[in-house]
Amino acid sequence: MGIKSLVSHSLMIAWKDLMELFRNRMMLLMLVLMPLLMMTMAGFMFPSNTSTSHVSVALVNQDEGYANYPSASATLIAALETMNSSTDMMTTTSASSLDEVRSMIQAGEVEGGIIIASNFTLSLVTGKQGAITIVTDQTNPQMSMLLQIALKEVLEQMGTWLAQQNVQGLNPAVNSNNSLAIVKPYIVQTEGAVLGDFSYFDFIAPGLMAMTVMMSVMTGLPAAISHEREVGTLDGMMVAPINRLSVILGKTLAQTARGMLQGTLILVLAVFLFGVTIRGNILLIFALLLLGVFSFVGLGVVITSFAKDQETAMMVMMALMFPMMLLSGVFFPIQQMPWYMQSISKALPLTYATTALRKVMVLGANVSMITTELAVLIGFGVVMTTIAVPVFKRAMTR
Amino acid sequence: MHAEQEKIISDSWMFPTTYNQLVSILVSGVMIETRNLTKKFNGLTAVDHVSFNVKKGEIFGLLGPNGAGKTTTIRMLATLTRPTEGTATIGGYDIVKDDNEVRKLIGLVSEKIIMYDRLTAKENLWFFGRLYDVPKEVLNERIDELLRLVQLSNWKNSQVGTFSSGMRQRMNVIRALLNMPEMLLLDEPTLGLDPQSSVEVREFVKKINRENKTTIILTTHMMVEADMLCDRIGIIDHGKIIALDTSANLKKLVSGANTTVLELEIANLTTNMVSLIQSLKCVNSVSQDNSTHIKVHANGDESFDTIIDSVRAEKGKINSVKNLDPTLEDVFLYITGHEVRDKADRKIPVRRHKHSMPRSRVR
Repeated sequence: MGIKSLVSHSLMIAWKDLMELFRNRMMLLMLVLMPLLMMTMAGFMFPSNTSTSHVSVALVNQDEGYANYPSASATLIAALETMNSSTDMMTTTSASSLDEVRSMIQAGEVEGGIIIASNFTLSLVTGKQGAITIVTDQTNPQMSMLLQIALKEVLEQMGTWLAQQNVQGLNPAVNSNNSLAIVKPYIVQTEGAVLGDFSYFDFIAPGLMAMTVMMSVMTGLPAAISHEREVGTLDGMMVAPINRLSVILGKTLAQTARGMLQGTLILVLAVFLFGVTIRGNILLIFALLLLGVFSFVGLGVVITSFAKDQETAMMVMMALMFPMMLLSGVFFPIQQMPWYMQSISKALPLTYATTALRKVMVLGANVSMITTELAVLIGFGVVMTTIAVPVFKRAMTR
Repeated sequence: MHAEQEKIISDSWMFPTTYNQLVSILVSGVMIETRNLTKKFNGLTAVDHVSFNVKKGEIFGLLGPNGAGKTTTIRMLATLTRPTEGTATIGGYDIVKDDNEVRKLIGLVSEKIIMYDRLTAKENLWFFGRLYDVPKEVLNERIDELLRLVQLSNWKNSQVGTFSSGMRQRMNVIRALLNMPEMLLLDEPTLGLDPQSSVEVREFVKKINRENKTTIILTTHMMVEADMLCDRIGIIDHGKIIALDTSANLKKLVSGANTTVLELEIANLTTNMVSLIQSLKCVNSVSQDNSTHIKVHANGDESFDTIIDSVRAEKGKINSVKNLDPTLEDVFLYITGHEVRDKADRKIPVRRHKHSMPRSRVR
């Protein structure tokens, strides 16, 4: 009897919340727009191979050549241009000196510079190393990194080619294939765990889904309850002979439905608009999202109990939300972070939800492969709920 | 006996839900009993050892300025806030220990409107009705009936957000009646309403009390309202009940026993008439304001009749009579020594050093 009325009251409250939501056109619009914007932004914002193009670079060729040897700098520039014509990575402008490059960077005309030293050909011909300077814009660390990588690649190719020539020159019996093996004895090949093309969207979609669903519970619950408390309608529920738990339960149900709707929307957008392939079981994906909700409800309820008004609730949520968003590997792989940040990451439940979801969606993992993540999520949920229930009951009759 | 009997009884709405409660009501006739009810917020005592009883079927008013502790008292009785000290029972149930039983008995009309703007009138009532487990068919009928009662049937399927504040307040009142409560708690039911809507709400409250025998406790800062509605009035100030009686008795407190003050307008007033009235046994004093108006202070139960009779006997044409009874306003003033006014009014900062201000800016 107790359980039955608990459930029916919860459903009633959930129905009421959803009715209110669906009657609010603006809210509904944002509900749809938010995942779309997030997905688009997150997918395109971060650098990828295809995203960087037309970086303007100042090129300074100070090479004076040596006697009648062919100019090494000309060969280098030719190689650069060959690469550039296929990738459109750089737009080169010529400049005369290091100082000019610096002032061009300061003026924002170029994003970096390449300077070939005056003794470049001389050094190479006389058996020394040829020096190339890369001038970088420190305000844009991403770009300078990219420039370095691109130049390194070009130079390495040229270096290999030169070395190949030298080896062949030393011993004419060696053919071009053999000379390559002598100069570069190792070759590295990359192979993904599963076949197919991967883009940043594949990485971002599971994280975004986990985040949206869980955040909607963690932030939506305190917002909804503290709003009702402020408007006064919460009293209407509190004065009815219902179990206090059905208020949380009903609200959670409504927020979960909202979150799942958004999560599904992200999934659909990811698949049909951004070409993400789902390799895992779709039911397992939804089950994981629900488990995520469960692990976050407790936290949301605790915030609700402590925040007296809507504004405070919002502040607390913001303070919790941003670290979670940035540290849980939703946007950046946590392995990139320094060890101390990684250990914070490992304390956040969202990290596990994201990891598990990513494993299932991208790698097609099944339940047995994500037991650690499942255990952490269940454990966190149980602990938080155990804390939350008495705290909430106490807070409601202050 | 209990389990089976309780179930049967609790299915019918009008009746006490358990045997205990039935006994307590029948024996004592008391619906609410509070004993030293106290609520402190961070050192501030909002309600200070309040004790009073409310009889079954009575309309009891808590009268006092804003911040006097009326709302906190109501919230404690409605089980929304726990008392710091003291106890209270409603229908024999303790408001802390048996809070859920208390909730079944009461309906709350809060100061704030408990309605969701985006839901229609019917949806709102349906939602709250279902929280009280009112069976669906019964609820459907009851919603129609309640809406008809407050003339809102035509707006049944309109969103409450589009209603005027008078309509919203009427919705707020019928929301509290969904479970047919034995006890209705009204917190400032006419706050912010125009005179006409206020009258409608008051009439409705009286009607509920008369027809359903519902016990009502209401708070107000309006003297007129307390006077019109309440059988007994508790005057509350700074968290304490400082006077508690019927309206008439409270007024006697001010004026002493049986004083009547009359203001008469007599078209053909003569000095002869004045001296005649003055000579009456019950009259203490007569003062003439102008050529037609006199003010008479008199003693005794029949003084009113005696004065009028003597004027009529002299063929005096009485244009108007004003019985200058002491008002509740006078009662409040008399007891507290200050007028009914929001406490905040007194805190409006006074700008001092009016002339030194510009000088300091120059410096």
